[in-house]
Amino acid sequence: MRCFDVTRRSVPASLMKLYKSVILNKQIHQPPMLIEHKHTHAVNILQLFTISTAHIIRLHDRFKELDTERRGYLCPQDFGAIKGLAINPIGDRIIGAFFSPGRETVDFYTFVKILAHFRPADNIRPKESSSPEPINSRTNKLKFVFQMYDLDKDGKISRIDLLKALRGMLEMQVTEEQLDSIVDRTIQEADLDGDDAISFEEFRKSLEKVNIDHKMSIRFLR
Amino acid sequence: MEAAWDIASVLFQVWLSIVVGLIMLPAMFGVSLGFTDLYIKVLVKTLEWATRRIQRGQNEQPTLPSQSANGIIEKDDGSMEEEIGELRRSHPKSLAGVDFTLCDVFYFWKKGIENIVEDQVTQRFTSEELVSWNLLTRTNNNFCYISVRVTIMWGLGVFIRYCILLPLRITLAAIGLSWLVIGTTLVGFLPNSNVKNSLSDLVHITCYRICARGLSATIRYHNKENRPQKGGICVANHTSPIDIVILANDGCYAMVGQVHGGLMGVIQRSMVRSCPHVWFERSEMKDRTTVANRLKDHIADKTKLPILIFPEGTCINNTSVMMFKKGSFEIGGTIYPVAIKYDPQFGDAFWNSAKYNMVSYILRMMTSWAIVCNVWYLPPMSQQNGEDAVQFANRVKSAIANQGGLVDLSWDGGLKRAKVKESYKEEQQKMYSSMIVGTDCHENSVGPT
Repeated sequence: MRCFDVTRRSVPASLMKLYKSVILNKQIHQPPMLIEHKHTHAVNILQLFTISTAHIIRLHDRFKELDTERRGYLCPQDFGAIKGLAINPIGDRIIGAFFSPGRETVDFYTFVKILAHFRPADNIRPKESSSPEPINSRTNKLKFVFQMYDLDKDGKISRIDLLKALRGMLEMQVTEEQLDSIVDRTIQEADLDGDDAISFEEFRKSLEKVNIDHKMSIRFLR
Repeated sequence: MEAAWDIASVLFQVWLSIVVGLIMLPAMFGVSLGFTDLYIKVLVKTLEWATRRIQRGQNEQPTLPSQSANGIIEKDDGSMEEEIGELRRSHPKSLAGVDFTLCDVFYFWKKGIENIVEDQVTQRFTSEELVSWNLLTRTNNNFCYISVRVTIMWGLGVFIRYCILLPLRITLAAIGLSWLVIGTTLVGFLPNSNVKNSLSDLVHITCYRICARGLSATIRYHNKENRPQKGGICVANHTSPIDIVILANDGCYAMVGQVHGGLMGVIQRSMVRSCPHVWFERSEMKDRTTVANRLKDHIADKTKLPILIFPEGTCINNTSVMMFKKGSFEIGGTIYPVAIKYDPQFGDAFWNSAKYNMVSYILRMMTSWAIVCNVWYLPPMSQQNGEDAVQFANRVKSAIANQGGLVDLSWDGGLKRAKVKESYKEEQQKMYSSMIVGTDCHENSVGPT
């Protein structure tokens, strides 16, 4: 149970502060809501990703939990310590998604940004064409996964990309021939313009019947 | 000054006589004067009131939330086959048996992100989060100041717990433990006979009852007809060292464990004088055959008490049952499973050995409201033909998890400190690859694509 409305009606703020610091003997951690981001001045996470305050606090608790050495950022080993992730066939790739190329650390802002892709879609969205599509829209979710497949970042999933992805998932469990035939078939099915690679549009088309919002969303229970 | 000492000694005598008369003696005879029940009732009413006030303060519906299901995020419980099958539903079925679809990867992504947000394993090694605050500072995760009345109630709670209950409980625990040491040593002087055994049982039970009072423990035993018999092995889920006190309140067991030094060592040595327990030196514990043989010898002797073992090997936070180590299940003999479930509302019984040492843990226990738990004795189980130790262990584990309302996990409790083995990842890969390429014979029957 979480309570964030700190202002109580009749109690002076100083008394409350005293209560919190002395009697509760804990520092109420404020998550970095307003963070100086490298490229923008002050970004309000709440506005950018439309995640509720309660969930931001949960994610921040989780971030602190993962950050075992209290450095304020996460490194690949911290992710590697998560048991469920360690047995996931694409575990390494998932971890890699959090680290931009060349970086070895993830701060809380980036952590939330990547996870924000997995928010369930909002039911009511303002139909303004000028506002950018939210990060958790169907298109953006698909783009996110597409970028994971498209390793060489040429905007297309080529045979090599798909081979690498599948090899990563299955390692020793399939032979080269089996892998080749799988890749051939998959590209055959999805490739509509005959360029032997899957573009984002073809990717989107082949998955148009899948309920992305259900299958690629994390819902908080509380 | 003299007057002050006189008053102090009178007070002390009054205090002791209250403790002995009203708590210790009834405890020894297994009689309850009803104080604890009354206390628990009052406590429940108070906590409900506090919850309602907190909710009112937050403008929520004034309902009492039930202890919710595990976890903070919604998870699909299906197996890999089911989940991926559902993903592929909209995809036309491939004829050649080579079945990979681009959407398969969503399943793994979702599982991966779920694990990043909430890890099924690591959350078992920290205390369970409460649905509503129980007026203890230690469970106050970001609950902030609510109202004057709740704060007053909290302050009153602090006073009662630290100034009234804590000294009482420490006195009782001290009496209980010293009685155990003295009593068992005395009984140890008797020659081996039935009289010795019954006296030893009496000493043990009265001491554990006093200790249980020392924790304000309210224990409800279910299905007493399935209580472990001599020559059997009692197996239970492990949450804290207090489990031993909980179980030993209703029966006598032979303990199994490592020889310790210090106070524990004194207790262990005196206990073994009156009836045979199984204490191992640290060096012996490494050798599995020695351990197994000693346990086998113990249960072969039908006059000896049933052995109490916690196969998880480590303390788990009482929301789930983790992998049972197969060692205890290879010995043979009848297994008597027992499920223990604590009510976290009154006090968190879980021992987080990484965070608290034994002394701080005991102090935390003694400054909680109370320890309330349910113990279910399950019908005895034996290894069946064609079942190996691991399968047997899993069967017992499921029965215990089912009864106690705990999540049945196959993760190893040793993961508290260790890394996941590569073999688990390979297992997942194998499972997925069998979905894609099918089994070998199927693949051979498929012609060139």
